[in-house]
Amino acid sequence: MTQGVPDIGGGALAVASEGLTRRFGHQVAVDQVSLRVPVGAVYGFLGPNGSGKTTTIRMLLGLISAHEGSIHLLGSAMPRSAALVLPSVGALIEGPAFHPYLTGADNLRRLDAADRTANPHSSSERIAESLSRVGLSAAASKRYRQYSLGMKQRLGIAAALLQPRKLLILDEPTNGLDPQGTREVRHLIRSLAADGATILVSSHLLAEVEQVATHVGIMSAGRLISQGTLTEVLAGAEPRLLLFTNATGPAQHVLSRLGLSDVLAGLGKGTVTANMCGHGVDEITRALVNADVPVLGISQTRPALEDLFVSLTGEGFDVAS
Amino acid sequence: MSLVEPATQPGHLGRLIRSELALVFRRRRNQALLAVLAGPPALIGIAVKVSAPPPGAGPDFLGQVTGNGLFLVYTALSVCLPLFLPLAIGVVAGDSIAGEANIGTLRYLLTVPVGRGRLLAVKALAVLAYSAAALAMVAVSGLITGAILFGIHPLTLLSGDTVSVGSGVLRTLGVIAYVTFALTGLVALGLFISTLTEGPIAAMAATVAVTIIVEVLDAVPQLGASRQWLFTHNWLGFGELLRLQINFGTLLTWSALQLGYIAIFGSLAWARFTTKDITS
Repeated sequence: MTQGVPDIGGGALAVASEGLTRRFGHQVAVDQVSLRVPVGAVYGFLGPNGSGKTTTIRMLLGLISAHEGSIHLLGSAMPRSAALVLPSVGALIEGPAFHPYLTGADNLRRLDAADRTANPHSSSERIAESLSRVGLSAAASKRYRQYSLGMKQRLGIAAALLQPRKLLILDEPTNGLDPQGTREVRHLIRSLAADGATILVSSHLLAEVEQVATHVGIMSAGRLISQGTLTEVLAGAEPRLLLFTNATGPAQHVLSRLGLSDVLAGLGKGTVTANMCGHGVDEITRALVNADVPVLGISQTRPALEDLFVSLTGEGFDVAS
Repeated sequence: MSLVEPATQPGHLGRLIRSELALVFRRRRNQALLAVLAGPPALIGIAVKVSAPPPGAGPDFLGQVTGNGLFLVYTALSVCLPLFLPLAIGVVAGDSIAGEANIGTLRYLLTVPVGRGRLLAVKALAVLAYSAAALAMVAVSGLITGAILFGIHPLTLLSGDTVSVGSGVLRTLGVIAYVTFALTGLVALGLFISTLTEGPIAAMAATVAVTIIVEVLDAVPQLGASRQWLFTHNWLGFGELLRLQINFGTLLTWSALQLGYIAIFGSLAWARFTTKDITS
């Protein structure tokens, strides 16, 4: 691992962790996480609240130490090479944080002044540009404490864009944004990716991630339980049967007897869904017809990322303990 | 894929220091504290003008104020050193790291990246600058009030000898320089406490509380000679500069004690901050 970039499938990795582990007391917050984010990817980093996403991100950026494992960002070991690596990394970590009594522009100026690689002569220009990129030009000279939640979030993204970045680590970038703002962030991520940046975006808005991500990784209770290209990960999910019938009771009975699992009467009147468990649509249709169950419509559906997410990480509101 | 070392811009450290100084000095709260420090010297001056104190009463040098406005500077320092100055410095020092941790800006500074040792050094420098400004505020307020109400005259020293106004002003600058250095141990203490917590109020309160406890210990005669090691013990020692023959050896010994405190609390702050998990 010390020899530069670990390769997987021939491509270089912008983020690579190996067996990353972090404990808080007796609790294992991050357990043997091996992230693989290829250069140029938009990597959706998913997981329920408390699953260890933010702790992982903080370790990647050298804010907290790892108890086990190694990290390479852009080919260099972290946190040892932080001074080399981090100028090329823009980050939004667990929400924006700025000085409330400074203006938006002054807050960016403060961060720019702290960057020993930032050219002071282009500072004002870069600040204006990154503010305009997130649509905050009009609020540049407003104090941060007067910003709305969405404006604060935008300023956080602007700070990550002060310099040209090779890697952007964005933790919940659409938090607090209205639908227009969410859509803008999506466009921004696409345009940054088009410029060649690698983007690791953590989010709980799965539909959002599904629209922009090329790769996903799913965390649950501190473990990375699934990782790969979006297509690969979704392919691993069980396809579901969607049946329209006006005899839902007998239909459920037939499907269960046939060996389909998770047979549920749908939300709409007269629909039944079930995991197909390897049975074909034709075979199922024949069984239903033989049992005199009227089949008004039948199809096989690909699960959305959200269904997969829930099937992998469990349902309910309980924060992972 | 390999990264080339990004070019470091010339003058980057100066830029960070200016940014930090602006953060400290442009903050309303810190400006208000400085303004408040101008109050006691002016109030003492007015009070003495209205009713001259009986000889030997009140804080050090109070009796001499009516004869020479320069003495108002020394009286003001004697009055402000035990509490007002530690309070103002404790607020800014306690806030230095804990304040940034509290609002979360620390994690963004560190991922810019700013080296942790460098950030600590720049923070220390800004608190020292504030401490010097606080002292200058007290001294200048005392000097102006004293000059207006009592005039500046040739300085009668503690030994009874009199020196010229020029020499008096020079000695007064020496007094301010000495006291500025005498407070560096307190700055180091406040900075260390600030690395221990994410609560700036707790860090400020702890810094001021420790200072007061040490001052109380300093006032317990039973502790004997061991009191000379307390960092507050020689704060009022600036009277040494008002003797005809200044004993620079003594002043240097007292100053060396502050160097010891800087070394101890500075190392502790460094050890703590450079290994700390930033979870805020």
